[in-house]
Amino acid sequence: MWDKAMIDMLLEGIKDTLYMTLLSTFFGYVLGLPLGIALAVTDKEGIQPNAVIYRILDFIVNIVRSIPFLILLILVIPLTRALVGKSYGPTATIVPLTLAAAPFIGRMVESSLKEVDHGVIEAAISMGARTRTIITKVLIGESRTSLLVGVTIVLGTVLGYSAMAGVVGGGGLGDIAIRYGYYRYETEVMIVTLVIIVVLVQLLQWLGMLLSRKLDHRKK
Amino acid sequence: MDEKELLRLEHLHKEFGGNVVLKDFDLSVKKGEVIVIIGPSGCGKSTLLRCINGLEAVQSGKITFEGAPVEKNSKNISQIRQKIGMVFQSYDLFPHKTVLQNIILAPCKVQKRKKEEVEQEALQLLERVGLNDKKDAFPRELSGGQKQRVAIVRALCMHPDILLFDEVTAALDPEMVREVLDTMLELAKQGSTMLIVTHEMSFARAVADRILFLDGGELVEESNSPKDFFDHPKTERAQKFLQTFEYE
Repeated sequence: MWDKAMIDMLLEGIKDTLYMTLLSTFFGYVLGLPLGIALAVTDKEGIQPNAVIYRILDFIVNIVRSIPFLILLILVIPLTRALVGKSYGPTATIVPLTLAAAPFIGRMVESSLKEVDHGVIEAAISMGARTRTIITKVLIGESRTSLLVGVTIVLGTVLGYSAMAGVVGGGGLGDIAIRYGYYRYETEVMIVTLVIIVVLVQLLQWLGMLLSRKLDHRKK
Repeated sequence: MDEKELLRLEHLHKEFGGNVVLKDFDLSVKKGEVIVIIGPSGCGKSTLLRCINGLEAVQSGKITFEGAPVEKNSKNISQIRQKIGMVFQSYDLFPHKTVLQNIILAPCKVQKRKKEEVEQEALQLLERVGLNDKKDAFPRELSGGQKQRVAIVRALCMHPDILLFDEVTAALDPEMVREVLDTMLELAKQGSTMLIVTHEMSFARAVADRILFLDGGELVEESNSPKDFFDHPKTERAQKFLQTFEYE
């Protein structure tokens, strides 16, 4: 069973999984980073408190986050078709993955930015820094290790989600695991794909932690 | 208004949810004056400093700095804050930035000055406080006293017209206090206008042109002669307060 075709398929699966995970995480941050910044800034302890904006964003994030990914996947099929042209395959899966990741990323970013010591923010304010400078130079600059740890967690989560897309023919390792392991009872193939997924998550985790430790100047 | 008057507070009233912190407080600060504010904990000293650069809003009263009103959310508050340097008890250096980056951030990003020029000035100031070899160090590599001297340099690099010191030695180990106070004494000698909240009484005596004794949000006693104030406080409350520093 371990012929070239199988190995090629697994390699293709790894490629598709990484493609979906990385692009979805990237687009997720395009939406989620501003969202997280807005949440942190408009919070009542933030630098520009605004109860109305905070509550609206908070509500949207909670709604989207409480939709199970499998259902979101099906729910956004019309949008996926409109954006990508088809509703299956790795590229199409990026749409629901991005939508699921964005609010999650927003929360991660929000909590990272809120870790920045209030005294440090106040020091910047006392020197006349405006909201923009505080966001870019103090909030993001000072929480970068935490933000990076966040990216690592998001990558792992999105990779997990991408496997679920296999149910609707999303492509990638999860797709292979479901097709061979579940529909054809070829348990070995499923286990091999699982091992690959675990190794990939570990690798991303290790890389992220390594990078964040390198950038951390707070402790020795 | 007096020509040399830099800062004026009129009838300031500040409270936190019914708890009155400043009561009908007046103060006028002239250019070059060194004013030391003392008083028991919770008497409103720190709040007073925080109101002066608009970190806290007041319920009523007026703060005027160089002729312009200071209001927490006004349009020109950023301009005013650039002219009011503040040093905090907890240093509040940016932990992920080097000493030099800490100092040049606001001059470059807020005042839009040229990086080379600011860096040069920062290095000169660091040399003056004896820390030029620490320019590339991160805050965690510095002692408390060194951190506080960097914080003072950070404030100075903005070219403020007045400096506010909020219990800057309160978090320091005793042997570090001296180096910070010496730096401040040096600034006072050079004619900086300073408003200092401190519990270091002998320092207050040495540095102050004027002593303000606050209790319960009110100005209880004011003296243009620190020596007289410390040797013969007029009010009973000041006498009691000063006695807590004596051991016999």
